[in-house]
Amino acid sequence: MITLTHYLVLTGILFSIGLVGVMRRTNLLMLFFSTEILLNAVNVGFVAVSKYYGDLSGQMFSFFIIAVAASEVAVGLGLLILWYKRNGSIDLNSLQMMKG
Amino acid sequence: MYEIIAFYIFSALTIGMFTIVVLSKNALYAMSALAGGMIFISGFFFILGAEFLGVVQITVYSGAVMALYAFGMMFFDTTRDVKENIKNKKIAYTLSILSAILILAILCAPFFSGAIQANYPSLQNTGNIQMIGLVLFTKYLVPFELAAIMLLVAMIAGIVLASKKMDLEEEMSEECDVVKEVK
Amino acid sequence: MEKFVYIALFAPLLSSLLVALFAARPKMLFTGILASALIGLSMVASFVLLIDVNANGALHVKMMDWIDAGNLHVPFGFVVDQVSVIMMVTVTLVSTIVHIYSIGYMDHDKSFNRFFSYLSAFVFSMMILVMSDNFVGLFIGWEGVGLCSWLLIGFWYHKHSASWAANEAFIMNRIADLGMLMGLFLIYWQIGSFQYDIVFAAVKSMDITIVTTIGTFLFIGAMGKSAQFPLHTWLADAMEGPTPVSALIHAATMVTAGVYLVIRCGELYTLIPHIGFAIASLGAFVAVFAASMALVNNDLKRIIAYSTLSQLGYMFVAAGLGAYWIALFHLMTHAFFKSLLFLGAGNVMHAMHDELNIKKMGGLYGSMKATAILMSVASVALAGIYPFAGFFSKDKILEVAFNHGAYYLWFALFIGAGMTAFYSFRLVMLVFFGEKEHPKYGIHPHEAQPFVIYALMPLGLLAIIAGFFEHSFEGFVTRLLSHYEVHLSHGTEWALIAGTSAIAISGIAFAIYMYSRGGFSKSLENRACYKLLINQYFIPKLYAMYIMRPFTVLSHFIWQKIDVKIVDATVDMIAKIVYGTGTKTRQMQNGNLSDMLRWMIVGMVVLLALAIFYRPMV
Repeated sequence: MITLTHYLVLTGILFSIGLVGVMRRTNLLMLFFSTEILLNAVNVGFVAVSKYYGDLSGQMFSFFIIAVAASEVAVGLGLLILWYKRNGSIDLNSLQMMKG
Repeated sequence: MYEIIAFYIFSALTIGMFTIVVLSKNALYAMSALAGGMIFISGFFFILGAEFLGVVQITVYSGAVMALYAFGMMFFDTTRDVKENIKNKKIAYTLSILSAILILAILCAPFFSGAIQANYPSLQNTGNIQMIGLVLFTKYLVPFELAAIMLLVAMIAGIVLASKKMDLEEEMSEECDVVKEVK
Repeated sequence: MEKFVYIALFAPLLSSLLVALFAARPKMLFTGILASALIGLSMVASFVLLIDVNANGALHVKMMDWIDAGNLHVPFGFVVDQVSVIMMVTVTLVSTIVHIYSIGYMDHDKSFNRFFSYLSAFVFSMMILVMSDNFVGLFIGWEGVGLCSWLLIGFWYHKHSASWAANEAFIMNRIADLGMLMGLFLIYWQIGSFQYDIVFAAVKSMDITIVTTIGTFLFIGAMGKSAQFPLHTWLADAMEGPTPVSALIHAATMVTAGVYLVIRCGELYTLIPHIGFAIASLGAFVAVFAASMALVNNDLKRIIAYSTLSQLGYMFVAAGLGAYWIALFHLMTHAFFKSLLFLGAGNVMHAMHDELNIKKMGGLYGSMKATAILMSVASVALAGIYPFAGFFSKDKILEVAFNHGAYYLWFALFIGAGMTAFYSFRLVMLVFFGEKEHPKYGIHPHEAQPFVIYALMPLGLLAIIAGFFEHSFEGFVTRLLSHYEVHLSHGTEWALIAGTSAIAISGIAFAIYMYSRGGFSKSLENRACYKLLINQYFIPKLYAMYIMRPFTVLSHFIWQKIDVKIVDATVDMIAKIVYGTGTKTRQMQNGNLSDMLRWMIVGMVVLLALAIFYRPMV
């Protein structure tokens, strides 16, 4: 029998994979992929909780998260393209204008 | 029984796909793996009886988002391997594993009491889509509309950012040079 | 009459504050005149009060509440009774003369104004000390005179020896003041009040051991101020100060504060005669001890300083044996002739261009007749020759010692009297008579200004006649202080007087005889006892070796090891930690997004850990 715990463990594993990506990747596009993984991991968790407690709020949250992710991709990609046009690189290490 | 088999298969597949996303050097592989992972995630949604979300996942992620990424990647040189100067891998893995353990410890701690009251309990004899429709257009109407506006804004922003300064490219890079010189 | 109390008390304060306004300015003659006039005013008020107290009895004034905290009530109150009015008159009289004298003496000093400010501040503190009706006020005055003494000894602060002597005096007094403070705390703890009348009423019914402890502690305070052995070394070194200061503070007034304290607490000390006897024994010891050092010293002012020490010893003998009025009487007469002696010495110093070695003087009578006569008068008074003032008071003290059956004390004082006579006239002979030594050093002495001499006249007069007031003084003072009965037959009394006079006269005669023939042979200077005396019994060296040196080593150790290596290091370490953390954590802000993300995740991990391990108190 698959319990809620199974889902939550899966969520944890996926989330950690996402974290590895966030820390490991320096290519901005790959970083976006990693954040997608993080969001999806959380979505799974929400839906699972929603199911096991018979509460629709979890699914609602997932729904909105998907919406947010979609807009994030739209804006993020726009910025990414802009940056690439300026610098010819989307490597994070070239993004050091904040250095004090 | 099928549920168990399906769960484990999907788990293995998602984890595998996402691991490829994170570790692969080739951007194209990574993107393909991500798209696959998204679809497998929707599999979980179907198992959990959230058909609506499963469909949304496939349409929005695998359809719209991945398409966007695919178009975005056209700007960049994707055939080449992604060169990344990765520092301190050990730190990254240690932190990730540490956080995974902590999250697991939190999630598996016996905090699930039976006392949790469902705010919007799923109704009997009603389909998932119908229930979501009921909740979404009653309790979550305002957030829903806001999300719609947000998506619109994001769309416009995406278009503007990606297209507007096409012809000003030269000028922009010059400006950037000036900034660098000043620094 | 109240207003006279305030005039007597606050005229010196006013003088000090007014003159202090000009302290940093170059010499202004009017500051000296103003200060002298105000002190003179205070003196007049004191005399008025003396007459009033004589007619109407003691006067008690409460100016205001001063300290009112918890169970502690200390009013700012003053009592003008027979004892304090005598002290007031003595203090203001000598102060006035010293002020006038200082106008001449400090004539060429560039800190003329500052000097008068300090001097008046001293008089104010002394007035507080003697007039206060409680121990706290007394203590404030006590510390005030200590402070002024420090300021005045170190008046020429650019001289290393002067500032050293000032610090020595201050620290010695501080040691003794600790004893006094302990006594005051004990009084408050046991009685709960500082008022003299309440305290003295309460001690009569108290446990004798506690009274003994209180008496001992108070006497330790008195020992410091009155420079009794073993805290005596500061007084001789205090001669580094200007001579009027030596005359006023270190001869006539401040050093007698200890005697005043014992007299004031007479009711306490009568309850504990064993302590009284200890005080008397110490006094007798100091009387001889100091006189013996004065025998061989060659420093003009130090000789007089040792003589002061010795006379303070006499006063303590009288006070310790319960003859309070005699102690007070000797205090008063001593103030007159000793300040005269000092001021005369000041004239000599001026004439000799600050030369202090009496071996280099001689034959000054020719050029400074008035000073010579005045100093001779003072010396005769000090030696105790009829009819001069010292005769009456000193003779009384010897009588008291004899009457008490303390023959050892009497004998010590008797020997002391002989020594006193000898060293006084050794001084006079070497300075004013005998061979002229000073032309060898190219010094041409001259007499002081006339007004200075006139200012000294009253003191000279008092040194001669003060003794004749003995009976009226006794009658006046014993209204407050206990009577002292002398149970000696007339024959014994006369024999004592004759004996004392005989030894005094023989001392004088010996001195005159020896020094008119050129003094002692040089070979004496190699004797062990001479060495002992000229080195002040090696006590300063002993202090330097066994107290100062270990203390210096200890201080150095604490500085080097504890302060630098522990305290400073700790402070430095805190700074270094902050600085080091700053340098290290600065790298976090390197502007690299990837590193920032990493830090973000570190933060997340920390928060997760907190969520698990941190359990807030319920």
